[in-house]
Amino acid sequence: MIYADNAATTKMSDAAIDTMVACMKETYGNPSSLYEVGQKAKEVLENAREEVMKAIGANNFREILFTSGGSEADNQALRSAAEIGRAAGKMHIVSSAFEHHAILHTLKRLEKEGFEVTLVDVHEDGLVRPEEVEAAIREDTCLVTIMYANNEIGTIQPIREIGAICRAKGVLFHTDAVQAIGHIPVNVQEDNIDLLSASAHKFHGPKGTGFLYARKGIKLTNLIEGGAQERGKRAGTENVPGIAAMAVALNDAVANLEQNAEITKKKRDRLIAGLKEIEHSAINGDETKRLPGNVNFCFEGIEGESLLLLLDDKGIQASSGSACTSGSLDPSHVLLAIGRVHDVAHGSLRLTIDEKTSDEDVEFIITAVKDVVTYLRSFSPIWRDLVTGKKEFIL
Amino acid sequence: MALYSEKVMDHFRNPRNVGVIEDANGIGEVGNAKCGDIMKMYLKIEDDIVQDVKFETFGCGSAIASSSMATEMIKGKPLSEVRELTNKAVAEALDGLPDYKMHCSVLAEEAIKSALEDYEKRKEEK
Repeated sequence: MIYADNAATTKMSDAAIDTMVACMKETYGNPSSLYEVGQKAKEVLENAREEVMKAIGANNFREILFTSGGSEADNQALRSAAEIGRAAGKMHIVSSAFEHHAILHTLKRLEKEGFEVTLVDVHEDGLVRPEEVEAAIREDTCLVTIMYANNEIGTIQPIREIGAICRAKGVLFHTDAVQAIGHIPVNVQEDNIDLLSASAHKFHGPKGTGFLYARKGIKLTNLIEGGAQERGKRAGTENVPGIAAMAVALNDAVANLEQNAEITKKKRDRLIAGLKEIEHSAINGDETKRLPGNVNFCFEGIEGESLLLLLDDKGIQASSGSACTSGSLDPSHVLLAIGRVHDVAHGSLRLTIDEKTSDEDVEFIITAVKDVVTYLRSFSPIWRDLVTGKKEFIL
Repeated sequence: MALYSEKVMDHFRNPRNVGVIEDANGIGEVGNAKCGDIMKMYLKIEDDIVQDVKFETFGCGSAIASSSMATEMIKGKPLSEVRELTNKAVAEALDGLPDYKMHCSVLAEEAIKSALEDYEKRKEEK
């Protein structure tokens, strides 16, 4: 089996699993309790907070808020910035068209409440232009939210430049860094980030755990009311085992980041070169300004779900932006945002590998994709129209 | 739990009657690329019987399986029976489809109906 869907989720590391189990067995107390096993759990929690803080270049442990994952962190970041804006009479938000749905759907909600949202273009290369963000900022802009790296096509955004613009203009800057953390260098101070969301299961930690970084002085709005956990900003007994495991996974990821990225990039580039040999195909997103493990292609004349099923039969796990894999009639909003037309967007394939993917795996994937694409094209009426000249090739 | 039944996967992996009939006397194409499904049916009808049928499909697993199953259900059958084929019958023969994939069986029914219409039209023109 070749697991090539690390952007969907990653396999937990042994160290993270061991930490989690040990915590469940030994440090099972409630961190809010005053007796020993409770205080030990509190210690585990606060140690984890300090590790996470260091891993993203923050310098105040109070800036880290543990959440149930990336979506919750995104929701709370946007909601908080919106409430700060509302109080100041600033009700305009700048974002991009290919954000994660945790952002886009929260923005829709805010629009219903009277906020105005401007989505900047992400261009054909899948990259936001800092100068266009700058141009979109108005007197009444309370927040700019741009993802660090895109979850489908892996393109890495000019976060530092956007952050600098926001800082100069006095506008809060949030970034959904779910796909970036642990894979590429992220430093909240150097990158001029005010708010940042992350999720543990994208860097070999457990599901159901994540965090929100909020620079000191930014007033957070609760999504969950109740007890005084997380300084009163996120009620509910803390997921101590998950948080402890997340900190271990993040430490490992950051400690080995450069080395892993180097190894993974080589395999990614070989995959890209191999898949480019398929006629009438195209890579989605800038070829180099992308996550080390992300490969995303469109193949004309075929549909993504059938491609995935046949790859699964060959032992390859991947994903697609086709409508049929999402349960809706529209293909991926990300592919549409970079200008892929529906016909072509349905035939997309995302492979997200990591440093453990072997060279043999890479060659096997290339051969398998070539075979499956050729096979599906052999009885595709669209492909027939294309090769017989009844229709013009798009790619 | 698998997304599809064994039957769907069987017809998807080993589709029956794939291809083109060069001298087909009824051809129907339905769906559009925008929605991600296109089905094309080729019929060879003689003496009011579907002597041969072939299909080409651009679409997901259940679209390919629905086309394959539908062709099996009409091959060698008199037109009176073929006209009665419903999408429900196709879906049932596949041991069911997920709710949001039922439209694939609808496309199969429509593709056959469209090919039959083409056949009738050609007959009138003769």
